[in-house]
Amino acid sequence: MDVLSVRNVYEDAQRAKDKKAALGADVTIENFTDETVNALDMIDDLNDLDKQTRKDLLQVGVDTNEENRSGSFLQVDQSNIFTNNSMSSSIEVMNIGIALEKYNWLEDYLWNVVKPDADKYTAKTALREEETGVKSGYFVRSLPGTKEVMPVQACMFISDEDIMQTAHNVIIAEENSELHLITGCATGDDVGSAMHVGVSEMYLKPGSKITFTMVHNWAEQVEVRPRTGVKVGDDATYINNYILTSPVSTIQSFPTAYCDGKNSRAIFQSIQGGKKDSIIDVGSRVLLNAEGARGEVISRAVAQDESKIYARGHLAGTVPNVKGHLECHGLVLSDDSFIYAVPELEASSSNLEMSHEAAVGKISEEEINYLTSRGIAEEDAESMIVRGFLNMDITGLPDELAEQTQRMIDMSLDGM
Amino acid sequence: MLLEIENLAVEVAGKRVLKDINLSIDEGETHVLLGPNGAGKSTLFLTILGFPQYEVVQGSIKFKGQDITKLTTAERVKLGIGVSFQTPPSIRGVSVRDLLKIESHQDMDEELNPRMQELAKQLKFSDEFLDRDVNLGFSGGEVKRSEILQLLAQMPDFTMFDEPDSGVDIENVELLASEIGTLLDKDKPQGSRKRSGLLITHLGYILNFVSADKAHVLIDGVISCSGNPTEILEDIRKNGFNGCVECAQCL
Repeated sequence: MDVLSVRNVYEDAQRAKDKKAALGADVTIENFTDETVNALDMIDDLNDLDKQTRKDLLQVGVDTNEENRSGSFLQVDQSNIFTNNSMSSSIEVMNIGIALEKYNWLEDYLWNVVKPDADKYTAKTALREEETGVKSGYFVRSLPGTKEVMPVQACMFISDEDIMQTAHNVIIAEENSELHLITGCATGDDVGSAMHVGVSEMYLKPGSKITFTMVHNWAEQVEVRPRTGVKVGDDATYINNYILTSPVSTIQSFPTAYCDGKNSRAIFQSIQGGKKDSIIDVGSRVLLNAEGARGEVISRAVAQDESKIYARGHLAGTVPNVKGHLECHGLVLSDDSFIYAVPELEASSSNLEMSHEAAVGKISEEEINYLTSRGIAEEDAESMIVRGFLNMDITGLPDELAEQTQRMIDMSLDGM
Repeated sequence: MLLEIENLAVEVAGKRVLKDINLSIDEGETHVLLGPNGAGKSTLFLTILGFPQYEVVQGSIKFKGQDITKLTTAERVKLGIGVSFQTPPSIRGVSVRDLLKIESHQDMDEELNPRMQELAKQLKFSDEFLDRDVNLGFSGGEVKRSEILQLLAQMPDFTMFDEPDSGVDIENVELLASEIGTLLDKDKPQGSRKRSGLLITHLGYILNFVSADKAHVLIDGVISCSGNPTEILEDIRKNGFNGCVECAQCL
């Protein structure tokens, strides 16, 4: 009997298989195919992909030439078709199934910061793992004391109509190590409708740092339910950047960082551009559970067309001497679009410091006037303001990665 | 005439703020607009600039012989009109450097041209400062200097300055005045000046450093008197704007 059965993971999941998520529209999982998903062949080189797919990957920050990368992982539908684990001696990148065969301690890290019975999506992911005996997703680990400044790139790609894609990722930064990840998620150009559930569990050992930069570019009828939990140890720093500027059907995620270590730190920065009739419900949560812990949640949201954006942030301080700040700014560009900002602060101890600022509104006429008075046409002024508004300074990345991330943001904002 | 305003009446949100303004500014001239708070000075400025909420209900504005009353702000600016604001808005994600490139018609991918880099230094801006979001968290003096720096990028033929000296310490007033002088061709002999300007000031302090050819006193939406700046300022200092009201009544 394996460890997960002993821990009742599958029993818990079984009980939760119809449990609606606390937030977001309820997706009928049965509308998507999970049994007849074809197993795809491995490829030798990311450049063996067809031109369109390479372009789609590039859009979400995945470089098929693997330049300035320390590793690569590509999952198409349910198959891990490419892994490059040989680019850095500091970092391991592999399929989670292979990693579990290699390391018997790894099971302890599964279903630990994300619970299998959180909702029907996590339950589905767990049950699928049990039923098929196949675990999809990636394992990335930085070895103790290493600092690899080049990022690992990981990509989840959906290539076929009505596919239900699940993945279970585990990322571990060992003591005093540094790990950077770029994860891109996208759908093939001919895919209309699909569903993606990505369970990601991250563990930061004392003194480590992880930066996790995620770019989403889904088709218009894709339902997206990422489930992310992060455990941050003593003196460790977790930085999460999230960029979504293309239309999607619905996306709901609320990644949670547990700052359980002394002087641990978690920063969430997100850029959300709502288009067409997308429903985007993205939040970030930081639980400040140890002395000296700090949390920051910063989001910028722009709603266009008929899109709806729920911008959530939740900081909870449970012990003294913790500090948190939440910042949520939104622009509503059309009468049919909608932003609902939900900043939450929760303090259950004395002597802690938490603050938030939230502002939602239209583009300021004063700002447009100011730019037109410099000779910029009104339309260009508006787009400058929107782009400027979304183009936040991403902090905490090494120089090279910061530049790359800026390029990714620029590319994402090009269509805004 | 470079700028010709005839019988101008302006409404803001249905309220008539300017009543019957006539004002002409020739090439190479610097005029001063004086008047108490709420007289309509800024309204006149922003009407010349063409902001949408200032509705011209009567009269016309001509610039370089062309009727610009119906042009958009950006179109007027392209013709050679510039402005420095008293309290401009801050804009997130739009840096001073971005604006300077646009204003000096540079490609966004290019480095800021050497002339602007030099001028930025003269106005005491570090290279890092130029990457800050425009006006966001700027001190009063930084706002004014950034406004003037942007105008130096544009080099308009006609520049309006709204209270360029308010909230600026003495040392920086001289620095600003010298750059305002550049924008108004003050470094050239009077006869060969091409650039013109209109300064709003209600204390007239800046006039100690920037010479003006003519002053106008705007009271209650009407220009109540025009004339020699020194004499008018002296009158106002002695009798306040009430003196101008009485004077206007004599006319």
